[in-house]
Amino acid sequence: MFEIFQYGFIVRGLEAGILIGLIAPLIGIFLVLRRYSLIADTLAHVSLAGVAVGLLFKINPLWTALGASALSSIAIERLRISKKIYGETALSIFLSGSLALAVVIIGLAHGFSVDLFSYLFGSIITVKQTDVFLIFGLGALIAISILIFYKELVYIAFDEEAATVAGLPVKLFNTLFVLLAAIMIAISIPIIGILLISALLVLPTITALQLKKGFKTTLLWAEIISIFSIISGIITSFYLNISSGGTIVLIMLAIFGVVLLIKNYDKK
Amino acid sequence: MSINHQKNIIEVKNISFSYGDVEVLKNITLDIHKGDYISLIGPNGGGKTTLLKIMLGLITPQIGEVKLFGKNINNFKDWSKFGYVPQKAINFDPLFPVTVREVVAMGRYGKKGLLKWLNKKDQEIIDGALAQVEMTDHANRLIGNLSSGQQQRVFIARALAGEPEVIFLDEPTVGVDVKNQEEFYALLTHLNTKLNITLIIISHDVDVISHQVTELACLNQTLVYHGEPKKFMKGHYLDELYGESARFVAHNH
Repeated sequence: MFEIFQYGFIVRGLEAGILIGLIAPLIGIFLVLRRYSLIADTLAHVSLAGVAVGLLFKINPLWTALGASALSSIAIERLRISKKIYGETALSIFLSGSLALAVVIIGLAHGFSVDLFSYLFGSIITVKQTDVFLIFGLGALIAISILIFYKELVYIAFDEEAATVAGLPVKLFNTLFVLLAAIMIAISIPIIGILLISALLVLPTITALQLKKGFKTTLLWAEIISIFSIISGIITSFYLNISSGGTIVLIMLAIFGVVLLIKNYDKK
Repeated sequence: MSINHQKNIIEVKNISFSYGDVEVLKNITLDIHKGDYISLIGPNGGGKTTLLKIMLGLITPQIGEVKLFGKNINNFKDWSKFGYVPQKAINFDPLFPVTVREVVAMGRYGKKGLLKWLNKKDQEIIDGALAQVEMTDHANRLIGNLSSGQQQRVFIARALAGEPEVIFLDEPTVGVDVKNQEEFYALLTHLNTKLNITLIIISHDVDVISHQVTELACLNQTLVYHGEPKKFMKGHYLDELYGESARFVAHNH
């Protein structure tokens, strides 16, 4: 069964996948608890516009996706704070706006030689060695930032007002967090695909939440679910020759369903 | 231990505040001294929570000045002197995955500062705060699985973990049953008299709170009354503040 590792792309895919699986719950748990799940979806769509720009100008699309996602995350957070428009309206402007931009750019380029499908739903075949390095570097940046500011992020997520009273720079941390989420989303594209990123971020956390444990234990379970789903998803998708992103999300959904069933059975 | 009730720790001078065109506070002047146990009371929309938020620097008044420990609030940095117990019903997600101990630990975070982990001494202070509110046995339970009264004790412990000189409480007994309310007020009196912590508490329950605190400040846009609860109950302030409904509230126990 180890013939799978003879293929360079599967090794690269697994390397990138495990890195993503490890970091995703660190962002996901805060997205879920702060009711920011929609921001993930919005930034993913913004990334598509970034990918289109990258393909048009023949730059690595991961870089352009990263730029688009990071810039928009700060703009969205600014709009949210200004309270000039409703928070979710700001999101839908960015979501549909960037999708419109992406479609127009793709049209201008008369379609692309590469399969856009792999950016939408994830395909480990497209993962290059430089992508793995990029994912490793930026992933480490995210993980270290979350670990360093863990206590502040938890406090703000639980009780923003009390954290403000305690003198924490809440606005700064909110901006830092959406920026980290934006980076997370951009580097997840090769593995999971733009349309499925929010599932990757949200599902392990909401599954772990069903176990009703403390913060650290919940995070640990989300990590286990995330990494297991990604590894088994990539291997399954290889043997069945299907989309890696879709397979990973379906495995995550199956685990969520099983946990929900067991928890309900417990109550009876 | 004798308390110096003369030392001003919060000075509110000629504050006015409005949300848009609606004036909520008019020309409020109020000093709070070290060791005070004071309740802000008044009808809904009378400006209690607004004044509390002004004193905590969460909102800025259009007119007037606030001094904390002798310093203008804009230059005040030492926020760890203050503890805050929010209006639980609104601010708290019962599904949030934190244990009692993790919530109390948050009280140390502001004091610790950035880039510093909690050490053994912090853990001892957290243990002490849990013991103070008699929640040690529940330390590893989820906050969402506790009763309202227990949850409120945990939020007090969180404030205590920051070793504050002053604790602000915003309607802390909403949703807490009468028996647990009594224990809760006994705890507050203990904090005030034994630990010498200044308490500022917003309450809608005039009858109950006036038996607990040493001072009342009644707000209805202006500061209608500030002084001992006894004089307040004897005066005609209740009618002035609440109208006819006050008598119903006061006898509803």
